[in-house]
Amino acid sequence: MTDVANAIVLLLNFVIVPGVAYGSQLALGALGVTLVFGILRFANFAHGDVMAFGTMVVLLTTWWFQGMGVGIAPLPTALIALPFGIAAAAAFNLTADRLVFRFYRRRKSPPVILLIASIGVMFALQGIVRLIIGPNDQRLADGARFIIKASEFKAATGLKEGLAIKLSQGLTVAVTAIAVAALFLFLQRSRAGKAMRAYSDNEDLALLSGVNPDRVVLYAWLIAATLAAVAGTMYGIDKSFKPFTYFQLLLPTFSSAILGGIGHPVGAVVGAFIVALSETGVTYAYKKFLRYLLPESWEPGGLVQLLSTDYKLAISFVILVVVLLVRPTGIFRGRVLS
Amino acid sequence: MTARFRTPLLFVVMAALLAAVGFGQSWVVSLSILNLCLISAIMALGLNMQWGYAGLLNVGVMGFAALGGLAGVLVSQAPVGEAWAAGGGGLGIALAVVVGTALLIVLLRRFVPKGALRTSATAALLIAGFFIARIFFDPAVEAIERIDSATTGYIGGAGLPIILSWMVGGVLAAGAAWLIGKVALGLRTDYFAIATLGIAEIVITVIKNEDWLGRGVKNVTGLDRPVPYEIDLQQSPWFLDLVHWLGVDPIAGSSIFVKLCYAVLFALVLIAVVWLAERALNSPWGRMMRAIRDNEDAAAAMGKDVTRRHMQIFVLGAAVMGIAGAMLTTLDGQFTPGSYQPLRFTFLVWVMVIVGGSGNNWGAVFGGFLVWFVWVEAEPAGFWLMDAITAGLPEDNALRAHLLDSAAYMRLIVMGLILLVVMRFSPRGIIPERRGR
Repeated sequence: MTDVANAIVLLLNFVIVPGVAYGSQLALGALGVTLVFGILRFANFAHGDVMAFGTMVVLLTTWWFQGMGVGIAPLPTALIALPFGIAAAAAFNLTADRLVFRFYRRRKSPPVILLIASIGVMFALQGIVRLIIGPNDQRLADGARFIIKASEFKAATGLKEGLAIKLSQGLTVAVTAIAVAALFLFLQRSRAGKAMRAYSDNEDLALLSGVNPDRVVLYAWLIAATLAAVAGTMYGIDKSFKPFTYFQLLLPTFSSAILGGIGHPVGAVVGAFIVALSETGVTYAYKKFLRYLLPESWEPGGLVQLLSTDYKLAISFVILVVVLLVRPTGIFRGRVLS
Repeated sequence: MTARFRTPLLFVVMAALLAAVGFGQSWVVSLSILNLCLISAIMALGLNMQWGYAGLLNVGVMGFAALGGLAGVLVSQAPVGEAWAAGGGGLGIALAVVVGTALLIVLLRRFVPKGALRTSATAALLIAGFFIARIFFDPAVEAIERIDSATTGYIGGAGLPIILSWMVGGVLAAGAAWLIGKVALGLRTDYFAIATLGIAEIVITVIKNEDWLGRGVKNVTGLDRPVPYEIDLQQSPWFLDLVHWLGVDPIAGSSIFVKLCYAVLFALVLIAVVWLAERALNSPWGRMMRAIRDNEDAAAAMGKDVTRRHMQIFVLGAAVMGIAGAMLTTLDGQFTPGSYQPLRFTFLVWVMVIVGGSGNNWGAVFGGFLVWFVWVEAEPAGFWLMDAITAGLPEDNALRAHLLDSAAYMRLIVMGLILLVVMRFSPRGIIPERRGR
């Protein structure tokens, strides 16, 4: 029996816990992408770099706080710097909308034009982020490292395998839960949220009912920026901050949104967890796990790793393609515009 | 100014810009910019076929360029006999298993009707094929990578002249495009964009990690050259006579001579591609492509097979990108998978096409020239700007040092702004598509 428990703990420690933390970060990103898509009807290629921009401001503010000796130990200082990042990301999104996207929206340009315009915004934003903070890896985490240490867990349970939960992972899940709950409450209960849903569902009908389109678009950009800054910061605390990594997050983020059904908030969250758990699950080497479960003579020779961790990106891509081919509307039947 | 004189005039201006760099900075710099301008123009022509003629939003240019680059290694490097002896058999069997699995799946899908049985059988075959192939593949790769891993550790190439790799690169990229097109064409435009973005990343990941194929991030350097080496030139009597007669320093002269040789080769390829592209665009085939782009439903109603035409143009465009990628590796003399960045190899090419004028071949060529020129010259310009802005600060000021250090990133901002400004104020590009014939 202890073997089974050991195997489960092993899986929890290396696949489930990191997967859930990563999934929470993706969920925040995918929610932003899906909202912008639902309201503005285009895939925003600059979203990953808005994450990087928000996180960069959080990082700078964190350094400033640390310099002044302000902190909320054992929690990371970045948490109190987060509002600054959100404000910066929101300011950026609104500026970009005012200078770039609004023009095409008013002219009712096809979504492709907005997509290409977002590539222009992405270019400029990558330049801005690198100009200010450079292209290198930066650490964002400080304060306590673990909620549960592997050694403590082993001592408490007497198992051979330890379960470690990093503070950053616990925080990520908690912050995501709060953000997602707040977003759903907003969308379901508030007047503005209802207007957004109506606008996303049927633009003409919503306009006819007196929904103010500029207001709806404004909220969409603000919420997307907030989610992006939170997602980026959580990812940065959990791993590290590197501008290029944030650009690369675009693919799993889009996969999650499309898998869940684009324009569909619940779908984005579900999709994000599926993508994240597949990534950690497929790239995990199951040798030790199987050793606990199988009789000794069946012990596998290799690592029993389906794909090396370098191919993480390929997994979100495969999921994306399979979904697009098998069920283009996604799990929750998002909109299929052409 | 009439449109007839506009295009030649623009190219004259471009030539003047390059000449200005030649007189102002140096001719070596000017010629290296020119060489990359020529390659960029070919890459932009490839994307212009896909986006400009047919409206395919391919955000995976990088992947095709990298496959072309890989061809440079696979064609020109000497084969590593030991590696083939150690792992060639295993690789062969693994390849046979993959091909066999693919054939079985094709047969299955032809004869079994659509339904749960077909889907599950396809999945089972895929999984079985994957594991069986890996039984042979993994030990072979390990054996290959163990052989002298500091200098080789890969299977090497065919040992042929590298100029052949331009063709092979095109074919390789076209083959990949065919496979990708089978899966991704027919998706809506924005999903297609995301899918191609992902494919390009995967191609790069594979090239980076499969060390047995092209040494991965360990890079292959010292590739074969289609033009003479500077050292040899400096020792050959006819060249010394030539530089003496011209009154040029032999070392600078040899460098310029080599760059000119490359420029001539690249220009020949560019001329050939432009000529073919212009012929194609102005033929009934070109009109059909534009008709499909402008209204798929109407074209389909007229009996045009939209999916097959999309596949055709996707493969053709990818082949051109592959050729350009192989040329780039040839020029660099090395293959460095780590240097493939989406910004430089995908999005920059997009800026070239949009700024130049999508749908117009001369526009794409001009965009390739202009955007590459700005991309290179934005760095010194950004440095100069930062220097001017911070001139009031003391030399050792941290902010000044930081801004001067990161001045190179100005080029990203400049590119973004150029793209946005052109899209807004001249949405059809500098040399717009000709219409109404």
